[in-house]
Amino acid sequence: MDYSQFLYMREELVLIVAIVVLFLADLFFCTDRKSGRGVYNTPLPAILMGLVTIANAVPCCMESFELFGGMYQHTPMMSLVKTVLNLGTLIVFLMSHKWLSREENLVKQGEFYLLVMFTLLGMYFMISSGHFLMFFIGLEMASIPVAALVAYDKYRFTSAEAGAKFILLALFSSALLLYGVSFLYGLTGTLYFEGLATKMTFSYLGVGALLLFIAGMGFKISLVPFHLWTADTYEGAPTTVTGYLSVVSKSSAAFVLFVLLAKLFPTGEYAAAWQTALFWIVIASITIANLFALRQQNIKRFMAFSAISQAGYIVLAIPGTTAQGMTALVFYLLVYMAANLGAFTVMTSVEQSSNQVTIDSYNGLYSTNPKLSFIMTLCLFSLAGIPPFAGFFSKFFVFMAAFNAGQHLLVFIALVNTIISLYYYLLIVKAMYINKSDAPIATFQSDAYSRLALVLCTLGVVGLGIASCVYNYIDAVSLL
Amino acid sequence: MIHLEYFLIVSAIMMAAGIFGFLTRRSTLAILLSIELMLNATDLNFAVFNRLLFPDGNEGFFFALFSIAISAAESAIAIAIMINIYRHIKDISVEKLQQMKW
Repeated sequence: MDYSQFLYMREELVLIVAIVVLFLADLFFCTDRKSGRGVYNTPLPAILMGLVTIANAVPCCMESFELFGGMYQHTPMMSLVKTVLNLGTLIVFLMSHKWLSREENLVKQGEFYLLVMFTLLGMYFMISSGHFLMFFIGLEMASIPVAALVAYDKYRFTSAEAGAKFILLALFSSALLLYGVSFLYGLTGTLYFEGLATKMTFSYLGVGALLLFIAGMGFKISLVPFHLWTADTYEGAPTTVTGYLSVVSKSSAAFVLFVLLAKLFPTGEYAAAWQTALFWIVIASITIANLFALRQQNIKRFMAFSAISQAGYIVLAIPGTTAQGMTALVFYLLVYMAANLGAFTVMTSVEQSSNQVTIDSYNGLYSTNPKLSFIMTLCLFSLAGIPPFAGFFSKFFVFMAAFNAGQHLLVFIALVNTIISLYYYLLIVKAMYINKSDAPIATFQSDAYSRLALVLCTLGVVGLGIASCVYNYIDAVSLL
Repeated sequence: MIHLEYFLIVSAIMMAAGIFGFLTRRSTLAILLSIELMLNATDLNFAVFNRLLFPDGNEGFFFALFSIAISAAESAIAIAIMINIYRHIKDISVEKLQQMKW
């Protein structure tokens, strides 16, 4: 075997090096020798993550190749998506500073960074997989540590409850997914994506396996009717972990679903079957999540339903599996990441300074913290898709891709739902600017890391909509 | 030689029992056992397909091996979380996991 193949796995290697460095740093520098108390361990994780992002963002190998007999695949698009995930993780690291420097979290902050990086590594492998075994290992590597992260706040019962709900449903969904994969194996005798695509002939067993597979992925992307864990897990998890779950985990799973459906079942009866399935799933996700979001009082729960509805829009780019759909999907992921993480950074700043997570507590936030309110407003406008911001363009491209794929009715329903979503996003804006409150959240100064995260997110929300070069670049990469 | 169908019936029954248990059991540990049953059904499928339909390769066996290892890791995390829950409320039944709803 040619071991030099490992050198081609640039993204994974760089990340593994960063993990090892962080492991050693955590071992030697995480506690104060004399008192045994935790010390905040510099911005090392953030810097490492930034370096990883930069190292991966350099476009050096712009051609597709595969390693280890097709187990590991690489296309320029995969590299780009990994960079997007890196950026998301970097922002999560930045916004978690205040929360991790609390007394009870100081000693175990290293675990947070390491677990997040391991899930990221799992997502890399999942994205680059060329074989169902690799895919499954990546998927589990990306979801098992997340359960530990969700249950991270050891002394808060809701955190443990959220972790239990997450891990049980993650296990259930991977069992369903595996059952589907086992039938795909039984039908074709291979688990390589290439082999599967050529050997699949139409049978109802195959359709059942395909649906089980979509159900398993639907759990990870949190699409209706597989969304039941989402609200509870998002509410109970620490806010930064919720941000990570709602953006990075979801993005990688959505991208993989696109790639696998495009690779395994591009045309024929299977394509018709999964397109019908996705049609109903998208309608259900967007509509039901919107209706539930209307009645939420807790802002994290509200963001959970918003995330389910956004997942519906992400999946909207999949039918047709064209290069245009791929561009729209990745652009949507990038914009969604900026907007959602911006909102989560504001939420975690507010939570850390005042312990408030209800929507009512945001009443009158503008009078005390005008800048934070303004950034929150930008992010919510972008999530709702109001024109000058990036969210409008990302929604527009997704609709265009779906429309060109012939899903006219779907686009219409999604459009109607955009208007409903505008209402509930604006409820929060109204709470911040118009509603009066006797005791608004006191004025506070967020820490430098959070401010950097907010700057990055604001740049994304405003800049991505105006700078067309980003979309053009993604488009050029998707055609390679 | 046992026919393929019998194995598939057994695995389908295991899968169905697992799903039924997942939906009806009240203790989270019993739910975890049900999930293990479902995962074992898939492992059985992989092994049987490999042995009876495609005896040339080892893909199915390896998949079953890896899936066993991974499900063990998942159970470990799930049990750790349950121990944490037990420390909070001295109970692990799902009825008590209701602090957050709607």
